[in-house]
Amino acid sequence: MAERAHLDFERPITELEKKISDMKDFSVGESVELSGEIASLQKKLEKLRGDVYSKLTRWQKVQIARHPMRPYAMDYIRLLSEGFLELHGDRGYGDDKALVGGFARIGGKSLMIIGQQKGRDTKEKLIHNFGMMHPEGYRKALRLFYMAQKFKTPILILIDTPGAYPGIEAEERGQAEAIARNIREMAVLEVPIVVVIIGEGASGGALGIGLGDRIIMLEYSWYSVISPEGCAAILWRDAAKAPDAAEALKVTSQDVLELGIIDQIIPEPSGGAHNDPEKTAESMKIEILKSINELEKLSTEQLIEQRIKKYRIMGVFDE
Amino acid sequence: MEWFRKAKPGIDSQEKRNIPEGLWTKCNSCGEIIYTKKIEELLWVCPKCDYHFKYSSAKYIDLLLDDGKLEEFDKSLSSKDPLKFRDSKKYTDRLKQAQQKSGAVDAVIAGLGKIEGGEVSFAIMNFSFIGGSMGSVVGEKISRAIERSIDRNIPLIILSSSGGARMQEGILSLMQMAKTSSLLAIANKKKIPYISILTNPTTAGVMASYASLADVIIAEPKALLGFAGPRVIQQTIGQELPEGFQSSEFFMKKGFLDMIVSRKNLRHTIAGLLGHMRNKN
Repeated sequence: MAERAHLDFERPITELEKKISDMKDFSVGESVELSGEIASLQKKLEKLRGDVYSKLTRWQKVQIARHPMRPYAMDYIRLLSEGFLELHGDRGYGDDKALVGGFARIGGKSLMIIGQQKGRDTKEKLIHNFGMMHPEGYRKALRLFYMAQKFKTPILILIDTPGAYPGIEAEERGQAEAIARNIREMAVLEVPIVVVIIGEGASGGALGIGLGDRIIMLEYSWYSVISPEGCAAILWRDAAKAPDAAEALKVTSQDVLELGIIDQIIPEPSGGAHNDPEKTAESMKIEILKSINELEKLSTEQLIEQRIKKYRIMGVFDE
Repeated sequence: MEWFRKAKPGIDSQEKRNIPEGLWTKCNSCGEIIYTKKIEELLWVCPKCDYHFKYSSAKYIDLLLDDGKLEEFDKSLSSKDPLKFRDSKKYTDRLKQAQQKSGAVDAVIAGLGKIEGGEVSFAIMNFSFIGGSMGSVVGEKISRAIERSIDRNIPLIILSSSGGARMQEGILSLMQMAKTSSLLAIANKKKIPYISILTNPTTAGVMASYASLADVIIAEPKALLGFAGPRVIQQTIGQELPEGFQSSEFFMKKGFLDMIVSRKNLRHTIAGLLGHMRNKN
């Protein structure tokens, strides 16, 4: 079994997994009957997983969302849709590879899928700019949103970004304007929008393609006004206090659901989506289709009215 | 090395110490020593370099609205602490301190006023209240100001100065961007004239929502504007930022502002624009 990337708190789990896999190899190679031992170790492994994953801190959950093996947007597009036809460019400046988008079918239904894409190895990471979009990415998304509207195609959005790119060129080309415009235009798009946060949902970088009729989070994704590191650097004056910031900001799917910001959490396989991407994609597919079917029953007016109302009531204050 | 460098003018905490009482005031930008009485007459604009000092909400209301009058709405809206947020201090303490220091309840004042006889829905942000940050109260008051402009079919004018969304209210603050921007989509469809005035500084969550969504966007000279703060950008790219980066003049050149207008000309300019923009339908 290849050595796989793991987080600190995953170590005992991966060690046990390796032991089981070694034992299986030995049992096959030497024709020794070890199925009893293997079964008992499997049981132990399940219990260990359950124990570790039921006691995760918010910061540990953030780390799962950033797990190097975690499925990315393109992985899910491959797993849950058919015939993805990728479309490129913003027709003004360039093609931002931190954002992928195009037509595809899910369960036979024609959809526009938009997703923030990260890279697996260093080369890919650079190509996709670590999932951090530039203004042309937001404008490419908007172009595809309008196209979806034109052809009455529901929109599926997969969010996974550590933030909109904070760089000189991004400012020069109007990062703030691009995000603001998308948020406003998405509010009145005449087709259903289903948003799934699959990994990181950082701030305006996520919201810039994140307004929708149904907002769903995978169990171990996070969604926040600022990354834990960014918040720690400002309020604690020390980015190393990110674990404290993650607690204070309440960034987990459960937190955000309790605050009334999202509609639903999709549970992940034991140990997180990377342990069973197929199963995760299957759960996503079911929920996405369910949401779209519900939303397609509404008239365009009802759809937009409900969407705006959904955001209108967000906020907690005294009067 | 950036912590050795002096902060950009305008986000300088020295400013507050320089403004009050003293007979003389030093310009944060060019260092000119100015007779305080004189700079007061000049609406707190440096006569040498045109640097615009911070200006209070009360003074802007006086400057921009007929008879200096704003009929304030939603005065009693105040922040709660939905996250029980605590960093070096509790959010509730931070709020109390900001309220005591500023005399304001939160970071925005909104209501109805008139400009050259025509009614406007007006909102103005206050940077001295937790960096003008947008939490639920700011988002709600801005939303209601937008709704007032729609309901009465009158222009909307928002004067911003803000460091962005308020971290202490977490994801709820982020959602205020969605709330305000989606109402602006309706205002836009109903052809409500909207003028956004950007003052020093306007960045992040506010810049990436309602401040950028107006028909006409005006900035005061030399304001710091943008999405990401200069320090974050510097840390990301690991090099010094070019001179004048993210200033009003920079964004004017890049095509993201309609005009840069000196404080003394703001009222006149807005009135002139509204003359063309008032809903003729």
